[in-house]
Amino acid sequence: MEKRAQFPVSWLPYALVAPQLAITIVFFIWPAAQAMWQSLLVQNAFGTNTEFVWFENFKVLFADPIYLESFKVTALFSALVAVLALGIGLVLAAACDHVLRGARAYQTLIIWPYAVAPAIAAVLWAFMFNPTVGILAYGLKSLGYDWNHMLNSGQAMALVVIASVWKQVSYNFLFFLAGLQSIPKSMIEAAAIDGAGPVKRFLTIAFPLLSPTSFFLLVVNLVYAFFDTFGVIDATTQGGPMTSTTTLVYKVYQDGFIGLDLGGSAAQSVILMTIVIALTVVQFRYIERKVQY
Amino acid sequence: MKMKKLCLALAAACAFGASSAQAATDIQFWYANTGAIADEINSIVNRFNASQSAYKVVAVYKGDYSTTMTAAIAAYRSGKAPDIVQMFEVGTATMIASGKAIKPVYEVMAQAHEKFDPKSYLPAVASYYSDTHGRLMAMPFNSSTAVFFYNKDMFKKAGLDPNKPPKTWDEVEQDALKLKGAGISCPFTTAWQSWVQLENMSAWHNVLFATKQNGFGGMDAKLVFNNEVLVRHIAKLSSWVKSGLFVYAGRTNQPDAKFTGGDCAMYTGSSSVYGLAQGTAKFAFGVSELPYYPDVKGAPYNTIIGGASLWVMGGKKPIEYKGVAKFFTFLSSPEIQAEWSQKTGYVPITKAAYELSKKEGFYEKNPGTDVAIKQLLLRNPTVNTKGIRLGNFPQIRTIIDEELEAVWAQKKGPKQALDDAVTRGNAELVKFERANKAGAR
Repeated sequence: MEKRAQFPVSWLPYALVAPQLAITIVFFIWPAAQAMWQSLLVQNAFGTNTEFVWFENFKVLFADPIYLESFKVTALFSALVAVLALGIGLVLAAACDHVLRGARAYQTLIIWPYAVAPAIAAVLWAFMFNPTVGILAYGLKSLGYDWNHMLNSGQAMALVVIASVWKQVSYNFLFFLAGLQSIPKSMIEAAAIDGAGPVKRFLTIAFPLLSPTSFFLLVVNLVYAFFDTFGVIDATTQGGPMTSTTTLVYKVYQDGFIGLDLGGSAAQSVILMTIVIALTVVQFRYIERKVQY
Repeated sequence: MKMKKLCLALAAACAFGASSAQAATDIQFWYANTGAIADEINSIVNRFNASQSAYKVVAVYKGDYSTTMTAAIAAYRSGKAPDIVQMFEVGTATMIASGKAIKPVYEVMAQAHEKFDPKSYLPAVASYYSDTHGRLMAMPFNSSTAVFFYNKDMFKKAGLDPNKPPKTWDEVEQDALKLKGAGISCPFTTAWQSWVQLENMSAWHNVLFATKQNGFGGMDAKLVFNNEVLVRHIAKLSSWVKSGLFVYAGRTNQPDAKFTGGDCAMYTGSSSVYGLAQGTAKFAFGVSELPYYPDVKGAPYNTIIGGASLWVMGGKKPIEYKGVAKFFTFLSSPEIQAEWSQKTGYVPITKAAYELSKKEGFYEKNPGTDVAIKQLLLRNPTVNTKGIRLGNFPQIRTIIDEELEAVWAQKKGPKQALDDAVTRGNAELVKFERANKAGAR
């Protein structure tokens, strides 16, 4: 039997996908093309002076040690955010799946941070870690640990990671919990009857069955760490101290919107776009194969 | 990209909303201040609108300085620029280099036959916004300078004379040690470290910040702030960080709260913080001149300004320019200027406004408010002290912030950090020159 849908008139399928296509073109293809074009130009802020320079902007970028450094910062930051957010989300979901009483309350509370805007979440954490008035910084100080993320690079990184992870854990938790709850109870019970403890049951049954969810979340979390954490960084460290929390996307903003170097900033966003496309391709080609649906 | 689209959409919406038919010609005015300062702007604008019926100035808040600048650029690129836009001082070179995107203020005033004397402005203010021929490119508006604040209660607690603030950096150090000894955890902090500790300290000691008269002489300037005076100063501050005399609290105005909140005993920052301190500080405080190094010949000279000016955008109708000129004349009257400075804490930018405030007894009633203007008027500005005009200045400040943070974190020596800042900053200057000379006509 023919699996493909048959349409009575030839234009109908095109008409049906047209709205989606229009959205994609207007909100993705067009701006992306503009960014690519801009990346080949050297232009002053108001655009009253323009020169086409081929790939000069890219050459300048790759000769800049600060830019190369921001790759390392981004890799470290994204890895930390993705691993921690996924790990904590999974642990919380597994724990919540086991709770008998008050599960709803726990779920609601854990989901809450997702409703907080990234900038607000960041300000919240920055306030708690504020070296002078922050309650957490005060607590750390009384333990003999001096906290000042204005000067200490490691602490600044920790702060932006904590704020970013805190927000993302809710999202991961939600998906993991849904994934866990869709695992047939009979399988878990059968394993329990065979004498498998909760940890063993989780590792051998639940975790492998969660792989489609985990894969999806990995992609989402990496994209989140790459792009959506801009607000967190801008509201807390502004890329500092030094350049220790200047990620790729933050540098795009810094150079483009503060520095008004549109060519250089566009070149960076083209590079960023390439990286994300490459990452997504790799994930779908190599990791997805290991996923059991 | 999305953000840019949003800016464009907003700009378009505002321009459209305002252009609906009205008898009076609308003058779009975008500003970037908040709070009491914004209230004062609106009050002045309302009075101008009430004083005549031919023009109506529409004041619109556009976000902070950077956002306002980006919004103006996006609006210009889509043909929806406002008539007047408030621009922070570090954007001056970008505006001047933008060619037909702006219309110089001296031209606007001359074509509208409005009386306009650039000499009525304080030299340190006018020179900051003038071209090499001494013609005002922008309308000076809100100007402040770097001054020294101190907590009198803490001075008493440490056994220091609350009416004898330190004059030199060595005295600051001695006082800081005493304050530290009295159990004060933050003897000293500074806001706007690049502006106060490098830019203003250069002018204060009459040393060059960048070649080509600090960039006034052309776009091919090179940074030279890695000189002996500044390296020594940064080294001193760095040693204070180590010994706990200087607590670093952020790149821009975050440290303001450390002083007004009563954490830090001494603080250098913008003179416009006076109003904030008066409103929030639960202690007696004093204002005095920025400390200096007495062994530098001739020091102190004068400090330089910060703040913002008003730029007139290009490509507007002659009648709109006429309205802009009328508004500027209204704005620069001694009464308005004196009121503006008294209510906001900015310095009076015309000599007449200063005299008027003096005559009204404002400075006697509010001791310390005249420190800023006295500093600006201390000497006639030299080529080293009339201001700084550099392309990509916002990025250069970020670079300086990054390098100074490396010094405070004891990861780099002061000389090394300033050398690196100069090298990195010079690359920005080359970039700016390239972008503004590309296809030069």
